[in-house]
Amino acid sequence: MARLNALLLIIAVSCALGAVAAHHQARKLVSEIEREQVRMRALEVEWGQLQLEQSTWAGHARIEKIARERLHMKPPSPGQVISVEAARH
Amino acid sequence: MKFAKSPLLDQPLPNWRARVVLYALLAGFVLLGGRSLYLQGFDNNFLQEKGASRYSRVLEVSATRGRILDRFGDPLAVSTPVKSVWAIPEDARLQPAQARELAALLEMDVRELNRKLAAEREFVYIKRQIPPDVADKITALKLPGVHLQNEYRRYYPASDVTAHMLGFTGIDDVGQEGIELAFESTLAGKPGSRRVIKDRRGQIVEDVESIKLPQDGKDVVLALDSKIQYLAYTHLRQAISEHKAKAGGIVVLDARTGEILALTNLPTYNPNNRVRLAGSQLRNRAMTDTFEPGSTMKPFTVAMALEKGKFRYDTPITISPGHLTIGTATISDAHPHSVLTVAQVIQKSSNIGAAKMALSFPPEEMWSMFDSLGFGTPLKLGFPGEAGGRLRPAKSWRPIEQATMAYGHGISVTLMQLARAYLVFARDGDLVSLQLNRMDTPPLSGKQVFSAQTAREVRAMLEMAVQPGGTAPRAQISGYRVAGKTGTALKVEGGAYAEKYVASFVGFAPASEPRLIVAVMIDEPSAGGYYGGDVAGPVFAQVMASSLRALGVAPDAPLRPLQVADAIAVKESM
Repeated sequence: MARLNALLLIIAVSCALGAVAAHHQARKLVSEIEREQVRMRALEVEWGQLQLEQSTWAGHARIEKIARERLHMKPPSPGQVISVEAARH
Repeated sequence: MKFAKSPLLDQPLPNWRARVVLYALLAGFVLLGGRSLYLQGFDNNFLQEKGASRYSRVLEVSATRGRILDRFGDPLAVSTPVKSVWAIPEDARLQPAQARELAALLEMDVRELNRKLAAEREFVYIKRQIPPDVADKITALKLPGVHLQNEYRRYYPASDVTAHMLGFTGIDDVGQEGIELAFESTLAGKPGSRRVIKDRRGQIVEDVESIKLPQDGKDVVLALDSKIQYLAYTHLRQAISEHKAKAGGIVVLDARTGEILALTNLPTYNPNNRVRLAGSQLRNRAMTDTFEPGSTMKPFTVAMALEKGKFRYDTPITISPGHLTIGTATISDAHPHSVLTVAQVIQKSSNIGAAKMALSFPPEEMWSMFDSLGFGTPLKLGFPGEAGGRLRPAKSWRPIEQATMAYGHGISVTLMQLARAYLVFARDGDLVSLQLNRMDTPPLSGKQVFSAQTAREVRAMLEMAVQPGGTAPRAQISGYRVAGKTGTALKVEGGAYAEKYVASFVGFAPASEPRLIVAVMIDEPSAGGYYGGDVAGPVFAQVMASSLRALGVAPDAPLRPLQVADAIAVKESM
């Protein structure tokens, strides 16, 4: 009887310790996912800012200015345009 | 005598005293036990709340406002987080050096800062919406009573080019104008909140419950083509400065779908920096301002005349002696002609011809034609302040009014309505509704206003108007067949016509298979002419040519230099 009790006690204590460990593990994982979520939001913000930056650099006004002034480009005159008919299948 | 030997101690205490004390103590324990039972078992909310407040927190979860994208997915409006600096004046006892440092970081006057901190309030904004890097420096200063708060700020990368289309949001990121207001319910995000357990270091260790899920705003994809928008904007700006005009607007529509590809107005403003804004800059003229369109209305009169079968394209109309008297008023043409065919009435833009055709129909028929084209009723696109224009009921029309309406006076429209009505000529007679959003499938046919036959005949006449001998040879484009109509109208000011003009041009191309409709309106041009063909026509040609090239539309005419015979071009009669 005493042996059985001792065995049960050991089982109970180890279960309790297991529960504590699992709980601790869960909390660690939660804080990890929170950190990652914060990082995700920060990256989203950065993405938005990069999009803004990209559209500022790729603005039509800027492209036109560079094309005209630095690359000396101009719209083709009527005689310079050749239109090619795509082959129809 | 010693105390221990005092005779008083020998006296026995009465028994009841001990019992009273015992019962009093027992009663005290019962009371305590009952109270603790009550607190633990029955009324335990209060204590649990107190306990929970030690470790549980309710966090606000912010939601972002949706982006506005053009038809290719390029962002036109994006919200990005910024910080606002606020203070509790009572706590913010800053040293003069600290105040100077803060003011320098915020680029504001020290005196203004001190005045704000001296306010007798519990909460005062010092500066709203500062960039994140400045915010970090302020946090590093660790000033007492000065706090930062997260906010969102809307940025418009295309700035003044798309200002009127997009509108803007207020300081609290709520739409105030344009698309931002029209699509507010879609764009706006709903912040949520959740309960968490935090440990001693402030880290979240358990997610207890989500009280309200945050909902990020949805993106809105417009039909707008930012390239065409930019082209329209630059060409309009150039024309306005060249002709020293007061204002102007351009609308570009996709003739196949009714999508609004571009909408621009001048004067405009920078939506990213809205200090010192005037009402005239804010006005979305193409949507909210009505004007008497003038001759751009003639094609509708002619289409009605053809549709009812009373006229054919070659029916001759007597124009001589060059004026037409109705009641006490006289209509005249700027250039005398003796006889014009119906087609030539459009080509030469004859007021008398249009008026004579209109007068052969009852007013009700003309009214219902205008009404079915959408004149007189707002477009209901959801834009704030959309105007419907003025179309009076047919019963109140006098003959002279019916005659002037045939060439676009006595009726007022918005530029957007006018551009939309031209869809009937570009689309074989059916009128589809306009679309602000990108359409992935072309619409089924709309409301049939004119027959396809009539629409094609008017289209051919509109092509003649642009060729040499017409009113707008300068609206030609090399490589494409163009159809369109000029308008030059006197402005109504205080109930009478003033010596001020509105020059307009509405047209579409390629005429063989219309793809784009471009409507141009220039208000009060004061240099370099005022005729629609001279002022608005070239803008139309530039915008149309560059847009067709940008879209890669195949040319339908030989690529040869244009025959612009300016000297012999017939100037449009009013």
